[in-house]
Amino acid sequence: MTGTKKGCDHGQCGSCTVIAGGRRINSCLSLALVHQGDTVTTIEGLAHGDQLHPVQTAFLEHDGYQCGYCTPGQIMSAVALLDEVRKGQPSQVTPELRKAGPVELTPDEIKERMSGNLCRCGAYPGIVAAVQQAYGQTQS
Amino acid sequence: MSAAAIGEPLTRVDGRAKVTGAAKYAAEFEVPHAAHAVMVTSTVASGRITRMDTTAAERSPGVVTIMTPANAPRLPNNGRAAVNPPAGRVLQLLQDAEVHYNNQPIAVVVAETLNQALLAAALIDVRYQSTPPKLDFQAGFPAAHVGKNKIPSMLSEGDVAQGFAAAEVTVEQIYTTPKQNHNPMEPHGTIASWDGELLTLHDATQYIFGVKQTVAKTLGIPEDNVRVLCPYTGGGFGSKGSTWSHVVLAAMAAKVAKRPVKLVLERPQMFGPVGGRPETYQHIVLGAKRDGTLTAIRHDCYSHVSTVEDFVEPSSSQTRMLYAAPVITTSQKLVSLNVGTPTFQRAPGEATGTFALEIAMDELAVALNMDPVALRLKNYAEADPTSHKPFSSKHLRECYEQGAGRFGWSKRNPAPRSHREGNLLIGYGMATATYPANRSESQAAVRFEPNGRVTVLSGTQDLGTGTYTIMAQVAAAKLGLPITLVDAKLGDTRQPQGPVSGGSQTAASVTPAVQAAAEQAVLKLVTLEISNPGSPFYGALPEELDFKEGKLLRRSAPASGIPFTEIVGRNGGAAVEAKASAKPSQDVEEYSQHSWGAVFAEVAVDESLGMPHVRRLTAVYDVGTLLNEKTGKSQLIGGLVWAQSLALEEETHIDPTTGRPVNNNLAEYHMPVNLDIGALDVSALGTPDKNFEPLGGRGIGEIGITGASAAIANAIYHATGKRFRDAPITPDKLLA
Amino acid sequence: MNSFTFRRADAPDTAVEALAHDHAAKLLGGGTNLIDLMKQGVEQPTALIDINPLPLAEITPLPGGGLRLGATARNSDTAAHPEVRAQYPMLAQAILAGASAQLRNMATDAGNLLQRTRCYYFYDPAYLACNKRKPGSGCAAITGFNRIHAILGASPECIATNPSDMAVALAALEPTVRVRGPKGERHIHFADFHRLPGKTPEIDTNLRADELILSIDLPRSSYAAHSHYLKVRDRASYAFALVSVAAALDLDGTTIRSARLALGGVAHKPWRAEAAEKSLKGKPATADSFRAAAELALAGAQTYKDNAFKVPMAKQAIVRALTVAAGEQA
Repeated sequence: MTGTKKGCDHGQCGSCTVIAGGRRINSCLSLALVHQGDTVTTIEGLAHGDQLHPVQTAFLEHDGYQCGYCTPGQIMSAVALLDEVRKGQPSQVTPELRKAGPVELTPDEIKERMSGNLCRCGAYPGIVAAVQQAYGQTQS
Repeated sequence: MSAAAIGEPLTRVDGRAKVTGAAKYAAEFEVPHAAHAVMVTSTVASGRITRMDTTAAERSPGVVTIMTPANAPRLPNNGRAAVNPPAGRVLQLLQDAEVHYNNQPIAVVVAETLNQALLAAALIDVRYQSTPPKLDFQAGFPAAHVGKNKIPSMLSEGDVAQGFAAAEVTVEQIYTTPKQNHNPMEPHGTIASWDGELLTLHDATQYIFGVKQTVAKTLGIPEDNVRVLCPYTGGGFGSKGSTWSHVVLAAMAAKVAKRPVKLVLERPQMFGPVGGRPETYQHIVLGAKRDGTLTAIRHDCYSHVSTVEDFVEPSSSQTRMLYAAPVITTSQKLVSLNVGTPTFQRAPGEATGTFALEIAMDELAVALNMDPVALRLKNYAEADPTSHKPFSSKHLRECYEQGAGRFGWSKRNPAPRSHREGNLLIGYGMATATYPANRSESQAAVRFEPNGRVTVLSGTQDLGTGTYTIMAQVAAAKLGLPITLVDAKLGDTRQPQGPVSGGSQTAASVTPAVQAAAEQAVLKLVTLEISNPGSPFYGALPEELDFKEGKLLRRSAPASGIPFTEIVGRNGGAAVEAKASAKPSQDVEEYSQHSWGAVFAEVAVDESLGMPHVRRLTAVYDVGTLLNEKTGKSQLIGGLVWAQSLALEEETHIDPTTGRPVNNNLAEYHMPVNLDIGALDVSALGTPDKNFEPLGGRGIGEIGITGASAAIANAIYHATGKRFRDAPITPDKLLA
Repeated sequence: MNSFTFRRADAPDTAVEALAHDHAAKLLGGGTNLIDLMKQGVEQPTALIDINPLPLAEITPLPGGGLRLGATARNSDTAAHPEVRAQYPMLAQAILAGASAQLRNMATDAGNLLQRTRCYYFYDPAYLACNKRKPGSGCAAITGFNRIHAILGASPECIATNPSDMAVALAALEPTVRVRGPKGERHIHFADFHRLPGKTPEIDTNLRADELILSIDLPRSSYAAHSHYLKVRDRASYAFALVSVAAALDLDGTTIRSARLALGGVAHKPWRAEAAEKSLKGKPATADSFRAAAELALAGAQTYKDNAFKVPMAKQAIVRALTVAAGEQA
């Protein structure tokens, strides 16, 4: 499988993002040995046959990529992001940190939560729009 | 599904492959028995290697071979047989022991696994006789030289002394931009495999035919023996436009190792061995009458080069055509430093040049107490002020008007520091964007397949620029088919030849060839049918026939259409293919060809912390026809992100003693993250430029980075009252 | 990356024993810094002991108030923990200001304390001179490009800075670090955990080579209502601090009962500004008091060719952080 990309090899770009044990991580800094028994989802495992994951569809619709190299990492990050937001995990732009509670997924929340994934093509606005759409579609 | 149309915002045809991880980049191809190679690079910037002890490395587990200056295969003309930019550069191919810059390739280690190669590489003991490197850019000005390049070093239009004597107001300043490195997300990488004398290269490139020619010539083998493949390029921005040392080294190593070799650069090796944007120092003098009319412009530029090869960052280019000044004088000088050779980086020249010129124009507007848009309109060039040719098409005035309107420019209080929100100073700034429209000869083929699909092929590249999509879209539109019936193929030197994907020229070069090939392919169908007694069109005259929605028909009886599959079947069942070539017509020489834009920026500056934020950018472009509104806008947006990066973040820092790039990683080489980017309102006028190419589209890959960095700097001036002339405007500089 | 043996620790004691047996062994938590440095060739452990299976990931209340952060609690879980957010919001802020969501998901709280410097000259073995990487080899940063380097507490041997955000907030919250070694447990005051470079910059902390961090124990805090973590950096996210400030006030109306102030990006350790804290005691929470405190905090600053900006930046960041902390409503 070559979907997961090596961009920097040092946890500085996010291109290698996978979901291991339910969390997004930089696979470049992870030893497989440490994840024995964990379910690891890479970009190849997101679609069900021909049925794309809503995040994948949203990236297509909003042109949330250009060269495509950072894209698997961006998408894995976005999928995990939706889960993190539903769990109420805060970010550095979450207005009220002291009280735990639901997170409102504002554009800044999306941008901050996607900032661990560099895109040199500068497809960021499309990525934000794609995450917004996917969040709306997967609500409920 | 309806037929595709030019301009339609169609989703990328390669999108599904990209979002599912199925798209295969150069280094991801599975080549049986491939060994892994790593480049060893120098740790000094100048001198020569006196000793390279590989004993321990050779004994290291898994090592296949180690190639050094002592044992590397000798190449024709010392490895310099193919120097011919952009494709062929002066490379470091282990032909001698000289070191010209820190991080220069000096050996290649080949091993069974990547980690084994890396471990062995670390065991090589290199001794140098080091000489003091030349690293101080400005200290080199007295000894600066002019480049051996197409770009003239010194040009003057009009009487310079008279022009400045006529000025009532003068602005004279120095502007600087730093060294940068492209850092596409996909590192450069090559898989080389030999089959006898035939060499196959999977290479991350912007120019497959350039790689083919350069590698063949450098190795001294026939061009026909080299095949280059690159179906996806993970970003390039200029660094992948040239064939750099590692490509040839991979081929050499595979020959020595007698097996395929895969060589991927480590991220720190992206800082030097594959080019970068040179530092610039730009002296600008603007002279004007009180009413804003420019009387003279001077733009003198220094940029640096390596000690092995010249490359001019032509920062003065746009100054020669942007404003209608009667006197324009420009120069370009070069300073040799012991650093990796600079190269084309997104809008080489215009990116750095508009940063300087468009801040200078803002300074002039301030000096004249004039609105910056009005100053630009006052000096609007109706024709190219130095070549005196008419522009092929220019609607910059509409860009200013629409941009100002969309942005709300009229709400701006011109006084600096006049808008405050708590700790934030808010500022508005604007600038003009411009980039030349380039086009060169390209070939393409169109094939009617027996299964009812159409294949369009061209040996070009898609760097994320949307080439696949517009090839399919233009072919589909021409043939009246939905895009879902068209397959685009590119990135293989067995396909008809395409040009370098540089200078924003791919679309304008390839799509006319696609259109011509589609016409020729239809003509082939027609020819087959009118001479086939079994066809209902037998004996018809070609001009009586037409091709619509995948069917051949008689113009007099549009319902008579016959699907092309039937025609293919009737004529032997093999695909019907035609190849065509297209190049700019001679008429094009009559015009000065450029794209245009107006960019407006709103920034919020927290000056006691030094942190800027670009809240929004409004940009309106005149780039001719947008072939695909969706992918086209993405290109322009990407350019704006780069402009913001140039203005505020990006800089390669060189260690002052060793000449080694210190921030040679993506943690400390800052490029924007998602949170840095504000609201981007990007639009294109869409007025076709038929004087330039048949569909009226000009390139869009680079104009986005021009002007916008100055708009941001000008907005920072408006916010803070302080003028910043040195990019990037980082917190240490901005701190009040 | 060098080859190494790998074993899982099944109990804290086995991890400690393994360290005692092999001095070139390293504990592997999140790996975000250790694996990174191994790939750089800077760290070359012969054995990795995986401590992730240890039951040290819990965040639990301490008797008498306070909170225990287990050594292998992930940064992201710590920042999201309701008690951390309620009692130590500045800590949550600091954690969330660091790295990326992915890295915070991996990085452990104990590992965060053990992050090594981001000094370019330490990270890249191509530079021959780095006393931290190669004792006695010199310091290339002092004459090199030193924009990100220390302005407080540095030595002629080393001007590196500690890169952590979390540790800056912790410095202001005065936890103790509970560790286990061959002779049992001991508690290290946070202020004593990290070291200044002095003549031995190769030693970052006072944790001994054969010790395992068990937890970070936070005392009950009276600063929850008025605290702020402020980070100044070259981009809005995913960048190390140029300067950061953890500021906390215990207010009686508008009078400062006590203050805590720590700085990041300025020294070899999270820099506690105690003189500044003392100066605030009993003073009104006003800009004048904050400015005076900022002057004291930076009083001993020494700058190098490229980092003089850090002095005014730190002062202004202190004033801002204290201002925000004072204004924050309970």
